Amino acid sequence: MGDYKLELKNISKSFPGVKALDHVQLSLRPGTVHALMGENGAGKSTLMKCLFGIYKMDEGEVYLDGQKIEINNPDEAMAHGIAMVHQELQPVPARSVAENLYLGRFPTRNFGPLKMIDHKKMYAETERWLKEVKMDFDPKAQLGSLSIGQMQSVEIAKAVSQQAKVVIFDEPTSSLSDNEVEALFRIMNDLRDKGVAMVYISHKMDEIKRIADDITIMRDGTYVGTWSAAEMSTDQIIAKMVGRELTNVYPPRGNEPGEVVMEVKDLCSIHEKSFQHVSFTLRKGEILGFGGLVGAQRTELMEGLFGIRGVASGEVYVRGQKVKIKHPIDAMNAGIGLITEDRRGNGIFGCLSIKDNVGVSVYNKYLQGGFILDHKKINQVVDESIQKLRIKTPSMKEHISNLSGGNQQKVIVSRWLANDPDVLIMDEPTRGIDVGAKHEIYEIMNELARQGKAIIMISSEMSELLGMSDRVYVMCNGKMTGEIKEAEEMTQAGVMAYATQF
Amino acid sequence: MEKVNKKKAIDFLINNGVIIVMFILVIYTGLTTDNFFTSNNLLNTLMNMSSRLVIALGIAGCVITAGCDLSAGRMIGFGGCIAGVLLQRIDYSNKFFPNMEPMNVFVVALIVMAICGLFGTVTGFFIAYLSVPPFIATLAMMEIVYGINLIFTNATPLGGYVSEYTSVASGKFLGISYLIWIAIIVSAITWFIFNMTRHGKYMYAIGGNPQAAEVAGVPVKKTMILIYMKAAAMYGLAGFMLGAKAGGASVALGLGYEMEAIAACTIGGVSVTGGRGKVSSAIIGVAVFELLKVALQYLGMDANSQYIAIGVVIFVAISLDIRKYIAKK
Repeated sequence: MGDYKLELKNISKSFPGVKALDHVQLSLRPGTVHALMGENGAGKSTLMKCLFGIYKMDEGEVYLDGQKIEINNPDEAMAHGIAMVHQELQPVPARSVAENLYLGRFPTRNFGPLKMIDHKKMYAETERWLKEVKMDFDPKAQLGSLSIGQMQSVEIAKAVSQQAKVVIFDEPTSSLSDNEVEALFRIMNDLRDKGVAMVYISHKMDEIKRIADDITIMRDGTYVGTWSAAEMSTDQIIAKMVGRELTNVYPPRGNEPGEVVMEVKDLCSIHEKSFQHVSFTLRKGEILGFGGLVGAQRTELMEGLFGIRGVASGEVYVRGQKVKIKHPIDAMNAGIGLITEDRRGNGIFGCLSIKDNVGVSVYNKYLQGGFILDHKKINQVVDESIQKLRIKTPSMKEHISNLSGGNQQKVIVSRWLANDPDVLIMDEPTRGIDVGAKHEIYEIMNELARQGKAIIMISSEMSELLGMSDRVYVMCNGKMTGEIKEAEEMTQAGVMAYATQF
Repeated sequence: MEKVNKKKAIDFLINNGVIIVMFILVIYTGLTTDNFFTSNNLLNTLMNMSSRLVIALGIAGCVITAGCDLSAGRMIGFGGCIAGVLLQRIDYSNKFFPNMEPMNVFVVALIVMAICGLFGTVTGFFIAYLSVPPFIATLAMMEIVYGINLIFTNATPLGGYVSEYTSVASGKFLGISYLIWIAIIVSAITWFIFNMTRHGKYMYAIGGNPQAAEVAGVPVKKTMILIYMKAAAMYGLAGFMLGAKAGGASVALGLGYEMEAIAACTIGGVSVTGGRGKVSSAIIGVAVFELLKVALQYLGMDANSQYIAIGVVIFVAISLDIRKYIAKK
């Protein structure tokens, strides 16, 4: 076993209500690129964060060159020669390339009793490291003025400058252009020749086939297996990634979608890299799934539709009427509701009560004499939804932050039900929710569909997407790549094929 | 169970520490000095509190939306001066508008509020539509209002008010000064706005989570403008009140009051991180502040040291306030 650079053994990690990692292992050979694969939420990033000391693992061991090591924070990881190129880069864009590279470990020189930052050395060294990764831009350039790809090479240069022996790439190509991907692969090949062990997390099959030597596949926080990349076909990898049986966790619905209630024609974002030329239709009583990988721009599309993000062109028709949506209020007036993906970020008001969290969108409706809030009516509405959606809380005055994720989500659902939209967009409606509450959310969705509401559901959880949807659209890199209508086509491999098209 | 109760008791003591300490200080002062617990002193303190409370209630709206308002002090001076020039006696030798008949006091109060409110609307516009941080926007307005006031009054102090104006402070209804009645009415109206109108609920929502407010269909921009407009109108009213009490006004009126008002709000529990705070918070905060000043005066602490004491109270109060929310993480 001595020939592994780094070994992770029996790593487990739980978050409240979720077992994110369950006895996972990973073994890296020196001078190889090791692809770590799995669906969204399989636990890849969590595993890497445990290795890098961002999360503390509940159990498990890490061996570097056969020696057992402990990593409690990113500093210790770096001291052991482990570096990470993050999925979301976390540099300081307002400062120079060199300062970012040497952040936290600036070279110094003595100036009498004082230590001064040795700028000359810092710039010279930075230039050298940038050359090492085949980049030549000014070390004094402001980091924010670089492209994402260039920023990434700065991160890689940083890893190289720290003499990293293990480098983790967490979805590095998700926002890179083709040329930048080529540049990245050249650097990775160089590092491989130097004996560096690399972990490469990506969803893109063609990249995996090109760059990876070994593949480890994870599913639902468990270890599936490790194979040599050469001996696996793309189809085999997909099969191993999704591999589970569809269990009957999705309650049956039994209603037929009716007439078209919303039509979107050729909707384009103001950002070139976001959604472009998207068209789709939505029917009454339908649950319409939107599948795709992280970064497919599904959330951006829905937020554009709802007036939160800029839309450059395209038309939206609701019940046959063309609507102009510039602001969420326009969307609400057109009968659209949106339950956002980031519950904490733009869903709940943590410091407000359940009542205020439900009421905020409907205070307009319950007024006496035009401007005095009708608290009696509002209480009644909130009380009803607490009963109906079985929100577990001592009272409606409870702060929403004291509820579990599932109950918080039900409060947000109540907010929109009180608003009575015809179209309800639910972005990852069950993210971060335990199994029991998930089932309840599914039942609520079915009930709404039976009542004739049209639901758009974005889901990155493949089984949920297929189990709940009447029809599925798949997006990839901002484009609509496929529509799946027939039951027999609704398979995980079918969705994956569309989702990895570009 | 006992442990839990004990922990709760300690939490209660820490969370309300400043108020408890203040209470003890007041009782101590009352017991050790003469004349502290007299109705005269009480009414006097309440009168001092009244204008401060109007300012604090105005600024509370800004703080609840995680903002602040540095222009409050200069708005007060501006409001006081506008009221002053409109309410000087016709026979006063230094009259600003020599031949103008003094106006109706009530109308003047409304004019002052309207003018200040207009300036507040401008501040609100920059904050809401041009995303200028409240700190900077109100700083800019602070400078502008002060400049306008200097040019307008020529920096000369105003005096010689008609008796109708000064009697707003000296006159009484049911044995209580009109100033105090004004503060009570403003508190009631503010309570009504905060709790019984959409605007109030929107304000809390924006303070709690501006992104979520946008998604939930809250008219964020309109609400923000309204908050700064309303606040500025209240500063104007406070300037009017202070002018009546002092019987005169100058451009220096209100200097630094914005800081005291923000501090008072925070001591009372209006959270600077937004989304939390009630009318009662502002009342408690202002009461603590004024009682502290009076008690220290009675205890014979010299005026210069009082500043240090006030600073310490702000440090402690706000650390304790922040602790409440950080501990929950």
